[in-house]
Amino acid sequence: MTVNTRGITRLTALLGLGAFALTACGSGGDSAEQGSGESAETEAAETTEEESSQSESGDAAASGSLTIWADANRAEVLNEVASDFESDTGIAVEIVQQDFEEIRDQFVSQVPTGEGPDIAVGAHDWLGVLVNNGVVAPVELGDAAGDFEEIAVDAWTYEGQTYGLPYSIENIALLRNTELAPEAPADFDEMIQMGEEAGTEYPFLVGLDPNESDPYHLYPFQTSFGAPVFGTAEDGSYDSSQLAMADAGGEEFAGWLAEQGEAGVLNLNIDGDLAQESFNDGNSPFFLTGPWNVDGAREAGIDVAVDPIPAAGDQDAQPFAGVQGFFLSAQSENVVAASNFLINYVGTAEVQTALYETGGRAPALTESFEQALSEDEIVAGFGEVGAEAVPMPAIPEMGAVWDDWGSSQAAIIKGDGDPVELWQKMSEDISSAID
Amino acid sequence: MSAPTTTRPDERTVHGRRARRTAESASIGWKLLLLKITVLGLLNAVSVYAAMVLFFNERWIIGTLVVVSGAILTWIYLQRGALPAKYLAPGVVFLLIFQVFVILYSGYVAFTNYGTGHNSTKDHAIHAIMLQTQDRVPDSPTYPLTVVESSDELGFAVTTEDGEILIGSADAPLEAVEGAVVEDGRVVQVPDHQVLSFADLVERQQELTTLAVPLSDDPNAGALRTQDGQRAYVYTSRFVYDESSDTMTNTQTGQTYTDGGEGAFVTEAGEELMPGWRVNVGLENFVRAITEESIRGPLLYVTTWTFAFAFLSVASTFILGLFLAIVFNDPRMKSRKYYRLVMILPYAFPGFLSALVWAGMMNQEFGFINNVLFGGAAIPWLSDPWLAKLSILIVNLWLGFPYMFLVCTGALQSIPEELTEAAQMDGARPFQAFRQIKFPLLLVSIAPLLISSFAFNFNNFNLVYMLTGGGPRDIEAGINVGSTDILISMVYKVAFVGSQSDYGLASAFSILIFFIVGTISVIAFRRTRALEELN
Repeated sequence: MTVNTRGITRLTALLGLGAFALTACGSGGDSAEQGSGESAETEAAETTEEESSQSESGDAAASGSLTIWADANRAEVLNEVASDFESDTGIAVEIVQQDFEEIRDQFVSQVPTGEGPDIAVGAHDWLGVLVNNGVVAPVELGDAAGDFEEIAVDAWTYEGQTYGLPYSIENIALLRNTELAPEAPADFDEMIQMGEEAGTEYPFLVGLDPNESDPYHLYPFQTSFGAPVFGTAEDGSYDSSQLAMADAGGEEFAGWLAEQGEAGVLNLNIDGDLAQESFNDGNSPFFLTGPWNVDGAREAGIDVAVDPIPAAGDQDAQPFAGVQGFFLSAQSENVVAASNFLINYVGTAEVQTALYETGGRAPALTESFEQALSEDEIVAGFGEVGAEAVPMPAIPEMGAVWDDWGSSQAAIIKGDGDPVELWQKMSEDISSAID
Repeated sequence: MSAPTTTRPDERTVHGRRARRTAESASIGWKLLLLKITVLGLLNAVSVYAAMVLFFNERWIIGTLVVVSGAILTWIYLQRGALPAKYLAPGVVFLLIFQVFVILYSGYVAFTNYGTGHNSTKDHAIHAIMLQTQDRVPDSPTYPLTVVESSDELGFAVTTEDGEILIGSADAPLEAVEGAVVEDGRVVQVPDHQVLSFADLVERQQELTTLAVPLSDDPNAGALRTQDGQRAYVYTSRFVYDESSDTMTNTQTGQTYTDGGEGAFVTEAGEELMPGWRVNVGLENFVRAITEESIRGPLLYVTTWTFAFAFLSVASTFILGLFLAIVFNDPRMKSRKYYRLVMILPYAFPGFLSALVWAGMMNQEFGFINNVLFGGAAIPWLSDPWLAKLSILIVNLWLGFPYMFLVCTGALQSIPEELTEAAQMDGARPFQAFRQIKFPLLLVSIAPLLISSFAFNFNNFNLVYMLTGGGPRDIEAGINVGSTDILISMVYKVAFVGSQSDYGLASAFSILIFFIVGTISVIAFRRTRALEELN
């Protein structure tokens, strides 16, 4: 008896195992393409749509699928575009939500393993790292390149190749509290004078870090002394072999930084959060910042206007522009589908405008850009400054540039030594880091 | 003969009991068995599925590992007996996945050049170089494209701006074709060829995107390529890869790049072509960490400060914690319970949050400390190299003393009061009694905790990262290292900060740190055995 029961339990165990294995495999096969849990719901919804569209237009059914990494804001708009694309072509699109800051590093490490997406959303200054790691493929915009703002295409061009489809331009400008300062200032000195006349606690605000300063926010003042970070090559792109800010203009700027630090106009103890708080409390008529702080100021009841950045030197003050866009994986097996999706769907005015409406940044497509400018004066203000901006350099060595640049500026503003000497030391360090 | 009759009822009860027990265990066993089958079935299903996916992706080693471990686990749990193995197996599996694998992998990375520019395999690098060096001929026109197929070979049919219709394939340069039908400037029908639909294009996109149709017999004239199957452009390729000699040649300069064995194509002059790929570099990362001037200097400095920081943190928190423990252990102290509660409050907040709050309080101009405690003095707590070090120690004292306070209170209460009384009877003063009797006994139980606390502070990344970020940076130093950076935060900067990452070097550093912490712990634990002899 006992022997028999044991034999039976063994048998049932084996049968059970087999059955479980089979059922799990069966359901596993379906979920194979779903990928991450976050996107499972959208995927499910999209699969049904895809099936219905397939039955409608039999021959449009195509194999292959696209995986796109996007942040929450972009994912929302892309979901709609994706379902249009699916019903037109029958190609399934899976949108995986990622934290924007994470995308670059995740992309670099995942693409070689074959787990990366076909398309990802990103910023143009990641290009150097992506290209040097061999994970992005050029995107041929062809004639469509002419439909975009020039700066957007320039920014996404690295060593002669265009690597992405741009969708938005982001830059800083001068926010003005119209109650405290009814007119836009013509230059930096006038701005400080107006700020002092307004009788507020600070004549002017910009967020800085005690140890790292903030070269990004101070860059327009630096360019107004004729000291761009790099020289320009013949084709208009940056020539990273010439460090233009090492020239006389840069030294002049260093002197100016020291003066402003001493006068207390540039204050390293006011970081971005404190600056925003002070501006929202009406403690200063001027705030040098980006579109990300406008909503907060408006909610605090401040009537804001967006002005061009006043020059401190005798040239124009040009801020850096960051251009966001979509780039293509070098290991993508769906290049045809992906480039169709980018150029014929994401590159249309409808989608670019939709992306602008959720993101609040000026669109990169000229048609949408002009529409946005005519509709919203804040976007128009930033857009006009942005049209004169210069793309942030994308070379991978930029990491070293920011480090040296920021800590030297902080030392100069603090008054730790002769500004010109500190500037020269910085230029030498940066040059040796780039080589 | 009476004996068997008397034992019979006993035997019966024994039998009955055994039968009942068997029946009970059988019913429990039946439920257990079902659970066992369910769990094992799920495990097997998952591992079979995982193995299938892995084999499908040609990950042979990991796939085999999954199959083997799945089989071993099934075998263990289907066996009778082997109880120790059944209890150990899950723990061992998790240990292998989360500890052993991580250690082995970072050990492996330390011997490679993994980092920016050396990110993947050689095949990927070649593919990326070829993609990145396809240059579109400046001002060349866009060709509206139709992809056609004839005898299984893909070809391009395009219309030029003059309305001419051209057709060609990889082996046949473009030439005019007669009898094609054009609609809206795009070819829709070609004799002897089949026009591919979009679905067909997607099906064959790999083939399509690598297809280059030469413009003419002259290879330097360039070739038509397409990315989306609808438009073709003229490209010239800057680089040619020769598989037989494994070299890259720049067609414009004529320069040849060979595989230098260090994970990149290099010219004779030593100029590298990016991207490269991952190769084994042996001990190079360790050698660099120790010999390269720009790394060695900061490394020495950071190592010294790491030791100082860890030692001072343990010492200061221990002294304060012990002092408070003695004070609050004194029976003369009233409402001790409430004081103790307040004392461990810092312990209740997450450390990284406290560090952030402290960073705000130490702001030179707006911080609570300068504004309220020092009456508006502008003390640069976080931006002066020495004050920043002091600030880190102060904040760590705040964060760390409750732990020491708790531990010391516990240890003090376990030492019998009679010992102190006996000492006092012998004429010892209170301090003498504490120093010579209580303290050594205290150290026996506390010493191992002090050592682990040292090891913890040695790698106290959270505090440094949140409070100072390693800053203020020494602008004289060649690399990005600040005056409060400890080894682990320096490793973090090497591997992840800025856009140039060097995972190989960072892994080598972390292995060095592992050995330092390991050595200290071993030596210190040996020493503490001497203390135990006091008992």
